[in-house]
Amino acid sequence: MNSSRHPDFRILAGLGALAFITLLIGGAFAGLIAEGAGNLSGAYAAFDSYLLRVARFTLWQAMVSTVLSVVPALFVARALSRHPQFPGRGLILHLFAVPLALPAIVVALGVLALYGRAGYFAGIMSAVSGDEWPGIYGLSGILVAHVFFNLPLATRLFLETLNTIPADQWRLASQLGMGARSAFRLIEWPALRAGLPGTAGLVFMLCITSFTIVLTLGGGPRATTLEVAIYQSLRFDFDPARAVVLTLLQIMLTMAVISVLMRLGADTAGDTGLSVAPRRFGAAGIGETMLNGALILTALLFVAGPMLATIIAGLDADLARLAGEASVQKAALTSIVLALLSASLSVVLATALVMARRVFAMRRGNGRKTLAEQATDTGAGFVLVIPPIVVGAGWFMALRHFTDVLAMAPAMVVTVNAVMAMPFAIRAIRPAYDAASERYERLCAQLGLTGWNRIRLLDWPVLCRPLSTAFAFAMALSLGDLGVIALFGSDSVQTLPYLLLARMGSYRTADAAGLALVLGLLCLALILLAGRLGKETPR
Amino acid sequence: MRTLLLSLVSTIAIGAAVPASAADLTIYTYESFTAEWGPGPQVEKAFEAECGCDVEFVSVADGVALLNRVKLEGVATKADIVLGLDTNLTADAKATGLFLPSGVDRARIDVPGGWSDDTFVPFDYGYFAVVYDSETLKTPPASLKELVEGDANQKIAIQDPRTSTPGLGLLLWVKAVYGDEAPEAWAKLQKRVLTVTPGWSEAYGLFTKGEAPMVLSYTTSPAYHMIAEGTERYQAASFSEGHYLQVEVAAITTTGEKNPLAQKFMDFMTGPGFQDAIPETNWMFPAGQTDKPLNPAFEKLVKPTKTLQIAPEEIAANRKAWVDEWLAVMSK
Repeated sequence: MNSSRHPDFRILAGLGALAFITLLIGGAFAGLIAEGAGNLSGAYAAFDSYLLRVARFTLWQAMVSTVLSVVPALFVARALSRHPQFPGRGLILHLFAVPLALPAIVVALGVLALYGRAGYFAGIMSAVSGDEWPGIYGLSGILVAHVFFNLPLATRLFLETLNTIPADQWRLASQLGMGARSAFRLIEWPALRAGLPGTAGLVFMLCITSFTIVLTLGGGPRATTLEVAIYQSLRFDFDPARAVVLTLLQIMLTMAVISVLMRLGADTAGDTGLSVAPRRFGAAGIGETMLNGALILTALLFVAGPMLATIIAGLDADLARLAGEASVQKAALTSIVLALLSASLSVVLATALVMARRVFAMRRGNGRKTLAEQATDTGAGFVLVIPPIVVGAGWFMALRHFTDVLAMAPAMVVTVNAVMAMPFAIRAIRPAYDAASERYERLCAQLGLTGWNRIRLLDWPVLCRPLSTAFAFAMALSLGDLGVIALFGSDSVQTLPYLLLARMGSYRTADAAGLALVLGLLCLALILLAGRLGKETPR
Repeated sequence: MRTLLLSLVSTIAIGAAVPASAADLTIYTYESFTAEWGPGPQVEKAFEAECGCDVEFVSVADGVALLNRVKLEGVATKADIVLGLDTNLTADAKATGLFLPSGVDRARIDVPGGWSDDTFVPFDYGYFAVVYDSETLKTPPASLKELVEGDANQKIAIQDPRTSTPGLGLLLWVKAVYGDEAPEAWAKLQKRVLTVTPGWSEAYGLFTKGEAPMVLSYTTSPAYHMIAEGTERYQAASFSEGHYLQVEVAAITTTGEKNPLAQKFMDFMTGPGFQDAIPETNWMFPAGQTDKPLNPAFEKLVKPTKTLQIAPEEIAANRKAWVDEWLAVMSK
């Protein structure tokens, strides 16, 4: 192979991205370890029966949440992919990115507005059961909120995967008169299966680190996650060594689960043929159409319900006054700038990792995965289970000797959010990039198409839609961030979620509801814009 | 586009960096103090007019974060004054050796039960209380005992003592009343607890949304609803055993010792220029001299018959054990 003799720039880009991430996480750990090395007693004492119970609950709720989010998402994504003309499909897909931007407490209140003791359904439920409806506090509440966050996310990621199925396969399927069932088994499932571990892993990581949702809807300290213990160790106990140990435990637990998930998946079989057929499906039968329509509507109702409750609550606020306030305008601008910057950085990092992973995988052939490939593959995703408070506090400790930490706040917020959103971006970009590479790699080698020309002529046209999906997710995630900003935020860097929590913390609940609405709309607007710029026609 | 973004970033970065170097007096405090509706802006204006100097407030999330920040910065801290610790934290804070006594005239200080600490100076106080919705709860509990043993269908939203100050407040309140029998009391109260939230905001949000008819908050909470919203719907329940007291304090740091403005501010803090702003911005009671009478709404609030308190040293020594005890009962 020609390409293995001189360094492929894609590998350099990937290694650069890895180095950047390692520096960010390593620096934080170094800061914490330097501070905590003096007193390790807390780290040893962390391992007790309480920790065992917490770890067990953390794993349990994360696994159930993942299954409940991912399995329905498979079918919803399939339904959406079978009906490109479904009314309002584009809007539904855009809406599906919004939950990520909503602070957890807004979602908790939105979910409770429907299913809580005083929720819209409480009357019906009480009438049915004859007892007063107890609300959904406990595991059920946690699950509903997690599915609300993750079902839409998983659906969009699966749809990205389904979009990589070459149109020729569909043409062949309709020529062979394949029914919906065989088409699923032979065409869609293999693709979905390849995307399943990654997406399920991502959802699992989001659920395992859940904090506000678990505490607020869990009904009591029975429902506690490791993240709560980490937070506690850095706040009240101020014990960096313990925080590091607990974080490592969280990473190890996640790795164990992810490695099991990986066995469920399969590498894509790949199709090296150039796709020549226009993208068109054989028309779905009437029965299937009804079923798919019902599936999509159910998912939409489930996701739109809490959002609608958030909108209704927000409309009660004095929106005109809020919009006129200088602090709100400033926070909105700050949020937009920070989110755009982190999303851009996030997409660049993700693309670099995706390209490098692909090159590693091609060079390996059927051999064992190298460490470098592992790192660009699932390794980078583990940043998600490192609590932002750990990264924030670690860097705070590392930097305070050298510089004014508060002045670093915007840079920290952008970088940490970019890295935290990167695993999402990877999931959105990778299927399309790998599929394109499978088809065009040899052609590129023959034509000597490399570097910038390759990106411009080949990668960009294929990737612009998944990139815009990735960008939308990364932006939504950064917009809703509260972890990093809470540590580094100061009076001069205030974002919308930060302001929302501040209003809520001083009795101004109506203002907070109004700001949640503003935040959601802002997120939707930015996502629509990202779609326009990426010439996205969600398909 | 790229240069535009870069210039925007540098604007933000500069905006964050500049005031840090220019101020004559730096005060670390918690966020809701410096919020535009908090006491910070008024206090800053009043003191700057008096001293002809530039004051900068640097704010972090809350009292606990405040102490952590100062611990981290150690003697190199930029703070001349730390404002916003409470009596649950003063023993820990004193142990750092970073705070020094100030010469504030103690006669100007007015908190229930008197004040003897000369390092930490109170600037306001409040009592924890169960606040209830009078539209859904006609007969509120009249004592902590009634709360503990009452109808399990009437729920209360409380906060987690591991993550929140009011949560720790309730833990200490129960401890002050029940002593060694606190675990049994918690086991009964658990049946009435709707959920345990990470912070005050979440619990109060559930309460105002109608999810729970009661919430752990302050005796002063109804004053906000009366003054800002004109409603008497939300009331605090008066408990016959007494209410647990929270006193918020400020202290001069080793950095501030070299800055004469720090002492000047501490004197100012106990006078009307600072204290008049407290009731209707921080929604707490003033702990020093005021010029203005309190808004009549404050007269309608529950006046605790007895003030409950646990000594800061005792809290520092037992907090972890008590929280573990609470966890053991509440996790069942």
